[in-house]
Amino acid sequence: MTVAVSAGAGREAPAAPRHRSLRSRKKREAALAYLFILPALLIFSVFVFYPFLRNFKLALYENPPYPNLPSHYVGLHQAATVLSSSAFLQSLLSTILFVLMVVPTGLFLGLALAVAAHRKLQGIAIYRVIFSSTVVSSVAVAALVFGTLMNPVVGLLPWLGINPTPSILQNPTWALPAVALMTVWQFLGLSFIIMSAGLQSVPDDLLEAARIDGASAWTRFWRITVPMLSPTLFFGVVVGTIYAFQSFGQIDILIGPSNAAGVHANVLIYYIYESLQIDNNAGQAAVLSIVLFVITLSLTLVQMRYLERRVTYAR
Amino acid sequence: MAEVTFDAVTKRYGDVTAVDRLEMAIPDGELLVLLGPSGCGKTTALRMVAGLEELSEGDITIGNRVVNDVDPKERDVAMVFQSYALYPHLTVAKNVEFPLRQRGMDKAEREKRVLEVARTLGLDDLLDRKPAQLSGGQRQRVALARAIVRDPQVFLMDEPLSNLDATLRVQTRADIVALQHRLGTTTIYVTHDQVEAMTMGNRIAVMDRGVLQQVAPPQDLYDRPANTFVAAFLGSPGMNLLDGELDGTSVRVAGGSIELAEAVPGRDVGASPVTVGVRPEHLRLDAAGTVAATVRLVEMLGAETHVICRLEDGAQLVVRQEAVVERPALGANVRVAVESQSVHVFGADGTRLEGSTR
Amino acid sequence: MHADATALAPTSRHSAATEAASRRDRRHRRIRKVISYLLLSVGAVVILFPIYIAIVNSLLAPSQIAHQPPPFFPTHPMWSTYPTAWNEGHLGLYLRNSAIMTAIIVVGQVVTAILAAYAFAFLSFPFRKTLFIVFLSTLMIPFEVTLITNLDTVTRLGWYNTFQGLTVPFLATGFGTFLLRQSFLQIPKDLSEAATLDGYGHWRFMTRVAVPLARPAVAAVAVFSFLASWNNYLWPLVVTGDNNNVRTVQIGLKLLANTEVQNINVTLAGTIIAIVPLVILLLVFQKQLVRGLTAGAVK
Repeated sequence: MTVAVSAGAGREAPAAPRHRSLRSRKKREAALAYLFILPALLIFSVFVFYPFLRNFKLALYENPPYPNLPSHYVGLHQAATVLSSSAFLQSLLSTILFVLMVVPTGLFLGLALAVAAHRKLQGIAIYRVIFSSTVVSSVAVAALVFGTLMNPVVGLLPWLGINPTPSILQNPTWALPAVALMTVWQFLGLSFIIMSAGLQSVPDDLLEAARIDGASAWTRFWRITVPMLSPTLFFGVVVGTIYAFQSFGQIDILIGPSNAAGVHANVLIYYIYESLQIDNNAGQAAVLSIVLFVITLSLTLVQMRYLERRVTYAR
Repeated sequence: MAEVTFDAVTKRYGDVTAVDRLEMAIPDGELLVLLGPSGCGKTTALRMVAGLEELSEGDITIGNRVVNDVDPKERDVAMVFQSYALYPHLTVAKNVEFPLRQRGMDKAEREKRVLEVARTLGLDDLLDRKPAQLSGGQRQRVALARAIVRDPQVFLMDEPLSNLDATLRVQTRADIVALQHRLGTTTIYVTHDQVEAMTMGNRIAVMDRGVLQQVAPPQDLYDRPANTFVAAFLGSPGMNLLDGELDGTSVRVAGGSIELAEAVPGRDVGASPVTVGVRPEHLRLDAAGTVAATVRLVEMLGAETHVICRLEDGAQLVVRQEAVVERPALGANVRVAVESQSVHVFGADGTRLEGSTR
Repeated sequence: MHADATALAPTSRHSAATEAASRRDRRHRRIRKVISYLLLSVGAVVILFPIYIAIVNSLLAPSQIAHQPPPFFPTHPMWSTYPTAWNEGHLGLYLRNSAIMTAIIVVGQVVTAILAAYAFAFLSFPFRKTLFIVFLSTLMIPFEVTLITNLDTVTRLGWYNTFQGLTVPFLATGFGTFLLRQSFLQIPKDLSEAATLDGYGHWRFMTRVAVPLARPAVAAVAVFSFLASWNNYLWPLVVTGDNNNVRTVQIGLKLLANTEVQNINVTLAGTIIAIVPLVILLLVFQKQLVRGLTAGAVK
């Protein structure tokens, strides 16, 4: 067990000065890691974290009614005023109504389509492409197409005898449901894709076993598929809710800033936009942004808990 | 080509010592097998040579150069992983060529080397396939090819055969030995399989719980195990180990005594507690035997039969006999004869008492 | 299956009865199949109906648009609406702008996400866990919440009405980083160790092994990011103002609708033109699209 280090003039002598200590190797690795993370972190700092945090400051300052005058500190007074205003409550109510109209309908129809397409038939691939197709339709496209369908002058609605006054999109009763209908259509593709993926994860042998046990298609669906699908349904609810919360373009195109509040279609995100762009009221917009964040945060936290479970499975 | 030495090499993970002051020199061109149960530190030792684990203490040298702080890529070692670690998105040819691309070798030369190595290992027809299209044995050969294509100073192999089926393992075992012999590259081969170790190694290093137990050529290890761990680990079934009391040239055990060919130096006066070891093939059922036992189980393996007996204190004794010899009945009281030339005596701490055999 | 098997064995005593039963079974199955197709087709028609009506109306002469009963087929298609929309709506320019913006964002997001995900998956460094949580936390802050200050920042940087303004705020993605990290973690550790011994540094291991192996995830991130940025409406609306040279097609469509109120046919022609690139995307990248969109839903 002698160690032959001593015999110096060895074959590898020139390599000796190239020693790099482990510590420096670790340092190099950490430096590389920071270098890799830096670009994303920089973007996040400037365009996510800073503006997010600045809301809390802006919310404390009131903007003067005319631009270019200095805003002044009012503390929580502004927040209290905004949050207790009828405009805000109307906006919140519209948002909730909108979500309730879009999400259950969108998910149910998506599930129905997914179940219909979940069998081996010739040409089923074509149906699948069609069912998922609305996922690529942009909000502007969807809004213009549905704007046509709901246009009081274009022949379709008068022909069907649906012609309220004021016309659908100018009508406080119908404007929000009309926008919701369009949003359901646009959401259907995503909903179908999510539900299909969920259905594929329901093991066939479970369904086959139930079939051998004599369960009808109806029983199999409600007793096996739906329970097995519950994580997917849950995911769909979260995604759909966030989707509905972010509906902006359809209101901007179908209804527009001058009308949104009047026809009760002034959902939260649109209210933020109006406060900022039309009223030049950054303070009010900041308060509303914080409300939007709190709502999204609670939704995301619920989702995270679900995600966490999933991630522990994966690793 | 290079000698590899371990000098007081220690590896700790927090409170756990994975490798404890390992001292060993592997001369140039040797195939050394690191053998031991899982968790004994053999793979950690191998990975320290590769540079994939840092040393907590000590030095590792490759060809007279201390490599403790040398980047893995500058150590000039090649490793064959248990999982083969083939790149799934690259063809066999690209996989084998992969290590050469970092060495500033021109394309023509690289292709020539790849082809040569592929021919050596019978992979020439598979060069355009992806790993997923290969059988286990073929993948194993690609992994070998990727190691030898670089012509490194040292090969490191981490249980390279454990994912193969039994027949293929026997064949590949011989192939690797032949290849290593031809290339003459120093090789450290890690396995938990004693048959692999016995058939492949020039020498075997047995490890247990981070501590090197013994380094020796296979037959020496079998004939003169340094301690009870090595004695029990090698051989199938392993050596019978009985507690007893040494007195002169005989050891008293439960149910009789075992005679030694000669006295153990330094232990020839007075009685002392020892562990006595006898391999199953050195025992025989014989009415004139010196140890009384009861037959518990008879295992027939075709060419041979294992008779598993129990002594009166409950200790187990396995007797290996030819299949043609008459089988005893279960529960029969028998006597066991011991070849006194082949008795190993270990002290109370488990280490071999020198001079106890031959 | 059972029915077919018995039908093949007509020599049995009950052959007549079983044959009748099997015929009935086969008829049932055919009826069920027809019902399936019927349901599927109803779904397809409902989904495609709005687009179909849009196409029909895009080809109508202005006088026909308000016609009763409404035309469900363009008997005298007026193709000129399409060149009109293209020219008057500057759609060529807007499509180009959308393409430029989207390309920058997709490439930027993929690159920054690969780099960060690689660091989180393969490198060890102080505060790795904390920083990863920081990345994940961006998922909880909707873009709209940052709108006020981002508009401010972009204006102050002189990026109002520029591609920088359109794209830079989106050049990183928490979701994409998360997705790619998960995918990188699936790569066996042996592969990176083998590459280390073969002399490959991190950069080369990333470009030659990790990224090629994570290609499905990279594609999913790219498609997801394409869809999000191509269809983005709010940010381009507030940040492009009156500059035609950076206005994206989404905002262009809105303007087309506003300026040509009477000419619904032209507006819809523009809309159909704007759909085309995305339909192509859907047909070509359907698999990646589905994977990207369901990445959070199913393992």
